[in-house]
Amino acid sequence: MATVADLIHGQKGIIKDFSEHLLPIKLLELGCLPGNSVELVQVAPLNDPIYINLSGSHIAIRRSLAELIELDIIEETQAP
Amino acid sequence: MSKNINVALIGNPNTGKTSVFNQLTGLNQKVGNYPGITVEKKEGICKLPRGVKAHILDLPGTYSLNTTSLDESLVVELLLNKNDKDYPDVAVVISDVENLKRNLFLFTQIKDLKIPTILVINMADRMSRKGISLDVAAMEEKLDTKIALVSTRKRQGIDRLKELIADYKNISSAPNLDAKRISPEYFERLQRTFPNEDLYKLWLVITQDVNFMPIEKKRIQDATDFTTKSKEELKKLQHKETVLRYQFINNTLKETYKVDFLAAKGLRGSLDKLLTHKVFGYLIFFVILLTIFQAIFDWSSYPMDFIDEQFAMASEWVKNTLPPGIFTDLLAEGIIAGIGGIVIFIPQIAFLFLFISLLEESGYMSRVVFLMDRLMRPFGLSGKSIVPLISGTACAIPAVMATRTIENWKERLITILVTPFTTCSARLPVYLILIALVIPKGTFLGLSYQALTLMLLYLIGFGMAIFSAMVLNKILKIKSRSLFMVEMPTYRLPLFKNVAYTVLEKTKSFVFGAGKIILAISIVLWFLGSNGYSDDFKNAEHIVSERIEKDGLSTYSKNYIQNNVASYREAALADGMSATVLQDSITVLTEELKERAIAQEISSYKLEHSYIGQAGKAFEPFVKPLGYDWKIGIAVLTSFAAREVFVGTLATIYSVGSDEEETIKNRMAAELDDEGRPLFNLASGISLMLFYAFAMQCMSTLAIVKRETNSWKWPLFQLGFMSVFAYIVALIAYQLLI
Ligand SMILES: Nc1nc2c(ncn2[C@@H]2O[C@H](COP(=O)(O)OP(=O)(O)OP(=O)(O)O)[C@@H](O)[C@H]2O)c(=O)[nH]1
Ligand SMILES: [Mg+2]
Repeated sequence: MATVADLIHGQKGIIKDFSEHLLPIKLLELGCLPGNSVELVQVAPLNDPIYINLSGSHIAIRRSLAELIELDIIEETQAP
Repeated sequence: MSKNINVALIGNPNTGKTSVFNQLTGLNQKVGNYPGITVEKKEGICKLPRGVKAHILDLPGTYSLNTTSLDESLVVELLLNKNDKDYPDVAVVISDVENLKRNLFLFTQIKDLKIPTILVINMADRMSRKGISLDVAAMEEKLDTKIALVSTRKRQGIDRLKELIADYKNISSAPNLDAKRISPEYFERLQRTFPNEDLYKLWLVITQDVNFMPIEKKRIQDATDFTTKSKEELKKLQHKETVLRYQFINNTLKETYKVDFLAAKGLRGSLDKLLTHKVFGYLIFFVILLTIFQAIFDWSSYPMDFIDEQFAMASEWVKNTLPPGIFTDLLAEGIIAGIGGIVIFIPQIAFLFLFISLLEESGYMSRVVFLMDRLMRPFGLSGKSIVPLISGTACAIPAVMATRTIENWKERLITILVTPFTTCSARLPVYLILIALVIPKGTFLGLSYQALTLMLLYLIGFGMAIFSAMVLNKILKIKSRSLFMVEMPTYRLPLFKNVAYTVLEKTKSFVFGAGKIILAISIVLWFLGSNGYSDDFKNAEHIVSERIEKDGLSTYSKNYIQNNVASYREAALADGMSATVLQDSITVLTEELKERAIAQEISSYKLEHSYIGQAGKAFEPFVKPLGYDWKIGIAVLTSFAAREVFVGTLATIYSVGSDEEETIKNRMAAELDDEGRPLFNLASGISLMLFYAFAMQCMSTLAIVKRETNSWKWPLFQLGFMSVFAYIVALIAYQLLI
């Protein structure tokens, strides 16, 4: 199962499900809900944290948190 | 006239709450493009149409009413307490047009508390760039509220907002979401137990982890006929609440909010690629830091030399023009010298604030947080700790307050404890004058030794902060789960007005804040330095003349005469003066200089036997091993009130102890120790700099740490640890170098 942590640069995914009891409510409130899209914008040096576009909000979160969010990766759209 | 309307400005971080506040009230609170600029309540008064007045409250940003950090909980605390004097008659939710969906989440929560709520959609000026179009009327209908479309940059929409506030009685206070939909069964029971209370408010009290309302919470737990749910079950319900709210919001926005992505343009993508790049990201950050040092050290030296001379001249002018007497002495030796010791640093302080303010206003600060988080974590710090550590280079007080945005208590505490190690602007005066005195002028790879030393001192401060964080991380046994999350704001061109205002305001408060302490200390020191009770003090003239007759002049005086004569001879020879005339005038000059030297020796003998001299001598044994004489000892001691007092104190002591008007620096350079070597030499200079780098010498910081940690334990720990450490390091440095 892919998670937000598995995204590569510029890749997008649709949130499917997450470990509900682990994920802080705060993240949900920012729009981290099933059906919403996530795009990986940048990865920090040393691979952590990651910078994502969560249905319009640009935020950085740590990898450990990203691993809790499961998603369906949208296969390669046409290169921009 | 009835009482003022209470208005609270609420919204997500960085949506422009403070900008709206400033426009409503005409005040100038700090604005910056970093989520978490405002961490305290700020209030102001706004005049509304028809002679009504409103009391406006600016609050820290929050993403929702579920709070995870201290600054956010302020908002919840206020909204849940109807008895608070600031409890709003009307809430104004400020949202950012680019992030409307997320912003509305908070809006619906506040509306559900049955407070009349106005929606401000800010940053309207960015709509066309981003291809956004809105149907305000339809949105008002759906959200059951009134909307003001505002751009604080363009000063649009503020009048409409004022109208809406004045007319707040006509704003609906009906909720957006019926709380019972979250869990009919649970909320029915809750309602039955507390029939007269607001359900959503009860729900917030139950679910909040923050312990700001223990009594309320206990009341619910104690209600015998009501059993609350387990943490997991509650969380499930919160989850459901979130989904319901977003359903409502999506529904609202579907028909009223359109984005044409093709029309949208922005710098974000390309700039982020560069600024957060694995290599270039750090490189750019490093170059920015280097530029700041260059500015502080190099560019500001011109205005500084100018100021130094002006003060020496002013002091001399006062002495020559005003009738001699105790008041003139106080003015020239105490006050002007002391104030000069602080005014001289204005250019540097201003540069420092300028850069920090630019970093914040442009949106770059969040990128630095992103770059640094992984590197900071092994030390028990968070990426967000970098903001206090950087702004700590200006002053530790706002820096300690800026830690409020750190969600994890342990990371926050460690950041608070180590922040005072970063080189704050109050240390700068001490460093600069010592560097100018003891570090040679040469260059290394195009950088001057002096600039390099300064840079090294900053690195030492920063390194020490990191190192002690690591130690504290090992020692402190605090368990707390962390949720690190930082928003990356869009890049913005810094607004000249905002930056200029911040620089002006901060510099002013530095000068006046420090000025007050320095003035008071200067006057006290001057008094203690010009008076004494011992016979030695009273018979100074006699004793000194006798000693000179017996042993001749002191080394200091001999040097003084020699140097002056030498430079006179050089100048005269260059002018082409004949040898005989030269010989005669030198004889006259030497006589004159000798007289002055004697007067000076009397003054310094007096100083040594004045109150301050005796106190200093008593203290001297403690600082002698570090290479300081009693005068420096006094300066170190008074610096425990505030570091920047150091230079002012020395300036005052030296002007009392001498008859010449000279710049502070020259006077310090001329001081000799018992063996006739310069008192400020490499060993004692380095020892002093290290002492100032590590010692906790700032009352205000201690007070703020007490406030932010809510106990005396931490500030006292800081004071003890830092001062002892500073003493030991300074001792080792001096003994090795001497
Ligand atoms: N383009 C544009 N920028 C704005 C507008 N209003 C505010 N800003 C900018 O948005 C940034 C944030 O403004 P603040 O007023 O500090 O926001 P805040 O909501 O008080 O932020 P916090 O106190 O950190 O929660 C600053 O860089 C402002 O210059 C606007 O109408 N248009
Ligand atoms: Mg603010």
